[in-house]
Amino acid sequence: MPDSGIGAAVKRREDFRFITGRGRYVDDINRPGQLYASFVRAPIAHANVRGIDTAEAEKAPGVVAVFTGEDLEADGVGSLPCGWVVTDKHGEPHKAPPHWPLVRGKVRYVGDHVAVVIAETLAQARDAAELVEVDYEDLDPVVDLAQAGEGAQLHDEAPGNLCYDWELGDKAAVDAAFEQAAHVTKLDLVNNRLIPNAMEPRAAIGEYDVGSDSYTIYSTSQNPHLLRLILCAFVLNLPEHKVRVVAPDVGGGFGSKIYAYAEETVCTWASKKLNGKPVKWTAERSESFLSDAHGRDHVTHAELAMDAEGKFLALKVDTKANLGAYLSSFATAVPTYLYATLLAGQYATPAVHCNVRGYFTSTAPVDAYRGAGRPEATYVIERIVEVAARDMKMDPAELRRKNFIQPDQFPYQTPVALVYDIGDYEPTLDKALEMIGYRDFAQRRAESEARGKLRGIGFSAYIEACGIAPSAVVGSLGAGVGLWESAQVRFNPTGSVSVFTGAHSHGQGHETTFAQLVSEKLGVPYEQIDIVHGDTGQIPMGMGTYGSRSLAVGGSAIVKACDKIVEKGKKIAAHLMEASVDDIEFDGGQFKVAGTDKAKGIGEIAFTAYVPHNYPEGVEPGLDETAFYDPLNFTYPAGVHIAEVEVDPDTGETKIVDWVAVDDFGKVLNPMIVEGQVHGGIAQGVGQALLESAVYDDSGQLVTGSYMDYTMPRADDFCEFRVGMTVSECTHNPLGVKGCGEAGAIAAPAALMNAITDALGAEIDMPATREKVWRHAQAKLKAAAE
Amino acid sequence: MLTVTMTVNGQKVAKDVDPRTLLVQFLREQLNLTGTHVGCDTSQCGACVVLVDGKSMKACTMLAAQADGCEVTTIEGLAKNGELHPMQAAFKEHHGLQCGFCTPGMIISAVDLLQQNPDPSEHEIREWLEGNICRCTGYHNIVKAIQHAAQDMRS
Repeated sequence: MPDSGIGAAVKRREDFRFITGRGRYVDDINRPGQLYASFVRAPIAHANVRGIDTAEAEKAPGVVAVFTGEDLEADGVGSLPCGWVVTDKHGEPHKAPPHWPLVRGKVRYVGDHVAVVIAETLAQARDAAELVEVDYEDLDPVVDLAQAGEGAQLHDEAPGNLCYDWELGDKAAVDAAFEQAAHVTKLDLVNNRLIPNAMEPRAAIGEYDVGSDSYTIYSTSQNPHLLRLILCAFVLNLPEHKVRVVAPDVGGGFGSKIYAYAEETVCTWASKKLNGKPVKWTAERSESFLSDAHGRDHVTHAELAMDAEGKFLALKVDTKANLGAYLSSFATAVPTYLYATLLAGQYATPAVHCNVRGYFTSTAPVDAYRGAGRPEATYVIERIVEVAARDMKMDPAELRRKNFIQPDQFPYQTPVALVYDIGDYEPTLDKALEMIGYRDFAQRRAESEARGKLRGIGFSAYIEACGIAPSAVVGSLGAGVGLWESAQVRFNPTGSVSVFTGAHSHGQGHETTFAQLVSEKLGVPYEQIDIVHGDTGQIPMGMGTYGSRSLAVGGSAIVKACDKIVEKGKKIAAHLMEASVDDIEFDGGQFKVAGTDKAKGIGEIAFTAYVPHNYPEGVEPGLDETAFYDPLNFTYPAGVHIAEVEVDPDTGETKIVDWVAVDDFGKVLNPMIVEGQVHGGIAQGVGQALLESAVYDDSGQLVTGSYMDYTMPRADDFCEFRVGMTVSECTHNPLGVKGCGEAGAIAAPAALMNAITDALGAEIDMPATREKVWRHAQAKLKAAAE
Repeated sequence: MLTVTMTVNGQKVAKDVDPRTLLVQFLREQLNLTGTHVGCDTSQCGACVVLVDGKSMKACTMLAAQADGCEVTTIEGLAKNGELHPMQAAFKEHHGLQCGFCTPGMIISAVDLLQQNPDPSEHEIREWLEGNICRCTGYHNIVKAIQHAAQDMRS
């Protein structure tokens, strides 16, 4: 086992600053002369704004300015764009109504941005925000997704509140397969709306510098370059080279910090308006609940057709997806290309068809949240397969095994567009069955029953598509951006290495993992390598971190940059050792002349590159290489999670008594970090299945608007997780890695709901609250007694 | 304005504050001790936990004025003479943190747990952490870190 290279469980170098209170998050940053912004937010879900009276607020102590949508409009500030055009099944682009950073004439969800008050202190800004008088004309809200098509119209551009009606797959083939089916399993599912709840609330400081006519934006962003691109090109019309975005330590993201939001837009615009005074905003948690992009929120009907032996013939899925009041940055793609394309799962189902209708409602915008579409797909497949096994009276593990794509079928073209490069699903299932002790489950269930408890077991054999993705492919599907990644590897003259990555770490540990990677590639001691990220002023244009792409795409870019370093180093080494470049071999930090004992260390080569007194002709000085990597395909992590639960019929408490996760992430660089990602993902998935749900009442008020009402998983909701791995290396990136950040959140909800419904012998929707579980447990006991 | 005096991380401080100033605001804004975080506005998340006269307290839920005359220890004051507190060391050793935002409150809260119960069971640790929310780790390695710190501190 190496101590710091690929495969080593290196302790994280970023930890020191966090455990000693020296992390530097956006709210920890204060700029000289800084002002504070407080947003006036819509208190009702849908209304015309007849007037905004800011006079009292403007007179309040410390207030510097009050701005409304009119001020932004007068300055030509644009709409926050959605960066992915989904073409509907009639060939029409999705309906794209404007999303103004401050509303113009109408509010469309509780929390919508009506005005901003900027004052010398935060308390003054908040006090004055209370004084802004808004004259609202109430309109009917559109809250229930199932009825969204019949509700009041939210946008002129979107009749019936329909953003798109989209489909994927061969409907005729699916219909034909259903006609041949010996058995059809049908299932209705709700994928509950979640609020991401990164522990660090969003924050931003916009700072305009009059002297240089340039901007610095400090933002809690997962992708600082992307934020800069959106703000410059679409919203504020600024020259990109005059804007620097800094995303320093960021306290978790889970997708919610990908997007360009109103708040950083307004702070940046206002700083120029106020002659370069920095403008700071930090979300209160209640603002996070109201206005961070939410996740999931699907209503789905699915049908699985099988032959008499349980072979899957076809799957058809009909989904309504809630997009919220406006389209967030990537909202349209999540319930379409990131969802329906995964509906083959790990199975060789010959035909799959999915229809998705995306609706506007008077709720917060919905966008990618950890897993983004793949948890929803996995929930559909793995729930219906489990229910099918119950219908067919087959063992759920064996039904899955019977339908797995076989190792000799890879690369495997699914009926829903993707080509899986590699996978080996049966050994993963076997390992998980072994770890959980599946053979003895019946005995454990009997023991539970003897104690008056209901025991259940549930499987989830998930697959995901990570490392998004070949730019040409996503472009052909409507993405407005390329999805490559950048890296710059810079030797300093004294031999240390600075690595600049376009990926962004907000908990993933890149500073450690990427240094391990470079240490291995270049033979430079781990301690002499520094990873720089999160500052557009320092790093090449990069695409950021989401979709479990950092190592698969960003790491691959680092490998390419290292390769360029070695290639150039060989020329310098050949010159110094008077050998032919072709005879130079590089290994473990040494350039060697093949077949001799002549060698030069890479440190000496780097020094020579910067002090090129004795140097090869035609070679540039310096050792500093940049590479961009555009993936050839998605990566396909897959695995099996098995949950075992015990339900107390007296209290409705569901106790997770065991959890086994066996994942195939391809090659693993730092197993400690990978396992940590799995743990965290499972916890969020369990949160969705057991505890969390964003609830709007009929009037569109968010009734789960704080940690008092929205149940976050706590430490005592979990047992220890048992994590295992299998490995089939990705075939198309230089590291053989697949990505691990979302797997837990993708796998867990189906595993847990399969276990709970197994225990109860009844179907329930997420979250499986104590009340729901208690009612069904009581019903089961009553039925058994009769 | 009123004057508050307290000892923070061993240093005596006296400042004039607006009476409504919360302890967490006082620490972050007036003393620039930004290791203590604000993660919610309802006293649930525990990112702001500090020791006040040796007991773990949510610094967002008390006024600076209430800490007048008290001894306050924040995450910045936990390491002594350049040496990490065993709880800090254990969080690093066992990967008990990811994004780091909940970590200061988590560590301080765990320090208080071991003051009260030097040998807690896994169940007791999980129950104790009721007032600290982490979104990254699934608590798995936080629990491990606390178990190991307890062991280290007993030996």
